[in-house]
Amino acid sequence: MFEISAAAVEGALSAGATYADARTVVARHQRLGAADGRIEGIVEDEKAGVGVRALIGSSWGFYAVNDFGKAREAGERAVAIAKASARVPGRPLPLADIPIVETAYATPVLENPFGVGIGEKADLLVRVTSEMLDAPGISRTSGKLEFWDTDKWFVSSQGHRIHQNIVESGCGMDALAIGEGESQVRSYPQSFGQYETGGFEVIRKWDLPGHVGRVAEEAAALLSADHCPSGVTDVVLEGSQLALQIHESVGHAIELDRILGWEAAYAGTSFLDLDQLGSLRYGSELMNIHADATIPGALGTFGFDDEGTPAQRVPIVQEGTWVGVLSGRDTASIAGLPPGGMVRADGYARIPMVRMTNVGLEPGPHSLEEIISDTRAGILMDTNRSWSIDDRRLNFQFGCEVGWLIKDGRLGRMLKNPTYTGITPQFWGSMDRLAGGDEWVHWGTPNCGKGQPGQVGHTGHSAAPARFHDVRVGVLG
Amino acid sequence: MSRFVELCEDLIGRVPEGLEAQASFRANRKALTRFANSSIHQNVQEEGGVLTLDIVDGGRPARSSTTLTDSDSLDRLVTSAVTAAGLSPVDEDWTGFAPHSDISDVHHHDPETASADPDERAAVVADFISAGPGLSAAGYCDTAEEIMAVANHRGLRYEGRATSAALDGIHQTGSSAGKAHRGSRSLAALDGLEAGEEAAGIARASMGAVDVEPGSYEVILRPNCVATIGAFVGLYAFGGKAASEGRTRAVPGTAQFDRKISIRDDVTDPVALGLPIDWQGTPKRPVELITNGVSRGFVHDRRTAARMGVASTGHDWEYSAWFGPAPTNIFVEGGDSSEAEMIASIERGLLVTEFNYCRILDPTTLYVTGLTRNGTFLIEEGKVTHAVSNLRFTESFFDVLRQGNVLALGDDARLADSEYGPGMVHAPTMHLASWNFTGGAKG
Repeated sequence: MFEISAAAVEGALSAGATYADARTVVARHQRLGAADGRIEGIVEDEKAGVGVRALIGSSWGFYAVNDFGKAREAGERAVAIAKASARVPGRPLPLADIPIVETAYATPVLENPFGVGIGEKADLLVRVTSEMLDAPGISRTSGKLEFWDTDKWFVSSQGHRIHQNIVESGCGMDALAIGEGESQVRSYPQSFGQYETGGFEVIRKWDLPGHVGRVAEEAAALLSADHCPSGVTDVVLEGSQLALQIHESVGHAIELDRILGWEAAYAGTSFLDLDQLGSLRYGSELMNIHADATIPGALGTFGFDDEGTPAQRVPIVQEGTWVGVLSGRDTASIAGLPPGGMVRADGYARIPMVRMTNVGLEPGPHSLEEIISDTRAGILMDTNRSWSIDDRRLNFQFGCEVGWLIKDGRLGRMLKNPTYTGITPQFWGSMDRLAGGDEWVHWGTPNCGKGQPGQVGHTGHSAAPARFHDVRVGVLG
Repeated sequence: MSRFVELCEDLIGRVPEGLEAQASFRANRKALTRFANSSIHQNVQEEGGVLTLDIVDGGRPARSSTTLTDSDSLDRLVTSAVTAAGLSPVDEDWTGFAPHSDISDVHHHDPETASADPDERAAVVADFISAGPGLSAAGYCDTAEEIMAVANHRGLRYEGRATSAALDGIHQTGSSAGKAHRGSRSLAALDGLEAGEEAAGIARASMGAVDVEPGSYEVILRPNCVATIGAFVGLYAFGGKAASEGRTRAVPGTAQFDRKISIRDDVTDPVALGLPIDWQGTPKRPVELITNGVSRGFVHDRRTAARMGVASTGHDWEYSAWFGPAPTNIFVEGGDSSEAEMIASIERGLLVTEFNYCRILDPTTLYVTGLTRNGTFLIEEGKVTHAVSNLRFTESFFDVLRQGNVLALGDDARLADSEYGPGMVHAPTMHLASWNFTGGAKG
């Protein structure tokens, strides 16, 4: 398959590209969904093709085709597209230097997810969605399993030849209770499901059947729970909600293409200015964040990014100070920074762009139990239900599936529709307790949208429960 | 017969006898020219297609697809789908594939747009940028041709083509931005200069924004905002999945909205985009969702229709199994008011150009939170007096259309951009008596 990528690169060089790279990709995907004890869909798809990127002056030209026999022609077309961009030129795009390697990487897999029979997978989903539906007060249930097995053959005009095999697995389930003009849901392991790199062992580890009772019971109980009060109080976030908080208010804000204005019209820009790198106060001293593409099993883990840059662990926030960005070869070069190896594409037909790897919060010294015991008054919020943040990643509002009042160091009554809102640096600056140990989990986000045409990215976010001071909660119209 | 239908026939011909089968091929020629900092920085094109095989073996369904169309790949596709179906549980909701039926003769295809080259898109972008001297422009111009062919064992044979083109961009000063969006089936219909002037005008008018206190305001929502309301109401309140699961407040035959509100889904409208057939092979039927404030009906695929004892309206799509059928040619009917007339009628209110990052808090009540973006203005005593900083809102998209809250509809209905993307909602400017802003620039 390297020959297909090489033909595309040769086509681009012969047409005048100053640099070109190509990825031949064969990606297999399987998804099973069940609802109310019945299978709703079993879908398998295979996406195979070659995408080639050609650089001339200030613009990339990118062309993708699913006919491997047209690889060389695809390279030539990529150059024609890049040349058309010269009608509206910018400044030249230098590429930061990276090691030139010929190598391979594969996700460690204990149990091939495509080797496990569909019957076993379907039985698991039918079982958990049936059992949740049998619980009192539950109207609807759903469950899903999802797997990817992706091979990529990367060749660049500078001599890279890298083969990677990335395997990803995910699972999730939820129970829905419908009341008078409202619906309440509880999910497990988190609201989008939990996704990791690895095989079917990921599904076994998260043990969906073992959590059926609690999930259904809490969903039903929410219908009669009190509404989250409005006001300002301390908020304790459980790990998966904090993971999404990191994703939205840190991960996207530190994308260098956003900071440089490349995403201004759609995803937006960032409140961060490169002049503040190394000095801006992002959060409290408990806040230590890395972008680490080397964490075993995390969803944003790989061997090399889609520019051939090796996976790295890059400091982003150190003791509350902003010190790093997510970058690729072109953005890093413009900013005068080392390339971070954070450029990936959603399949062969999309141009690689800056993407989060595993952007995670390092663990702290406490436990959730200690944090609750130490809280005089507050609300514990669990599992994301909604998320919204402005185009500079400053003003956010999150909703969670469930909350519990905390009073005098003890968990109190359940709350429905808990929401909280804030401004990014002030919010992170108020973090004063942070858990770690076994409560530090490498959460996966399988649905990160970015770019035009749209791309879906798979990112990881390590997090443990944490407490934030004086947060505005209970925001409804 | 086209080669794409022949490809589908070839595929179902490889399926073992006794199994139900449907093959579809969706080919795409998509190109997008993207600009930022007033220069083209990404410029992409893809050509290819996805061949999908649906198999049902004794009520046990499975779907497999591939981008490869050589003979070996077709055989592997059949093996994959047949194996999956054989191992799948019986789907008690299975209703069978769509039979052959008459399909609306729509003409949403423009050959010149289908073959548009990157120089043509770059020319539109150059015009947009040139309309804002001294400003920084960002956005995209895209063209696409979609081809769908389908064949099944019940005799259905179909092939259709549709094109689309869009120009979406902002102009930015150092402290503000303004947006313009244009959509059509034809690239030639997109006037980059005119759209650029609109965006540049809003950007300049947005300079010097002041903060206003959150609270309830009378508002004028421009078409992109109304398109997002239409998309959320269409999917969550009038989608067949929500209806069949009892998760919607919409009750057909009941006056639930202001009498000025009429919303329909209609792929046969001359300005609509897309194909007149859904992913299950069912012809798309025009559906009245709301007529003069009265809830009318839901959009269905074959699965949700069977659950509710009605016929499919042809609104299955790629992810129907997960999210349910969706309206994708929504028309929010306009009125006869100009934006200037609406502004002149307001004592104190806000004018909003676009929503950003809207997310559902509760799909039943349709409470949504989001922000304003790319041009928000304070109206005082019938005039726009200040640009204002972006605001967060938390509001029920269902309730804001209630009787008495809709004061006027604009005469400017157009194919607008929405939270779910461009081209799926045709919407006017809307004047509402109240809208809940729950946060300001400082939280």
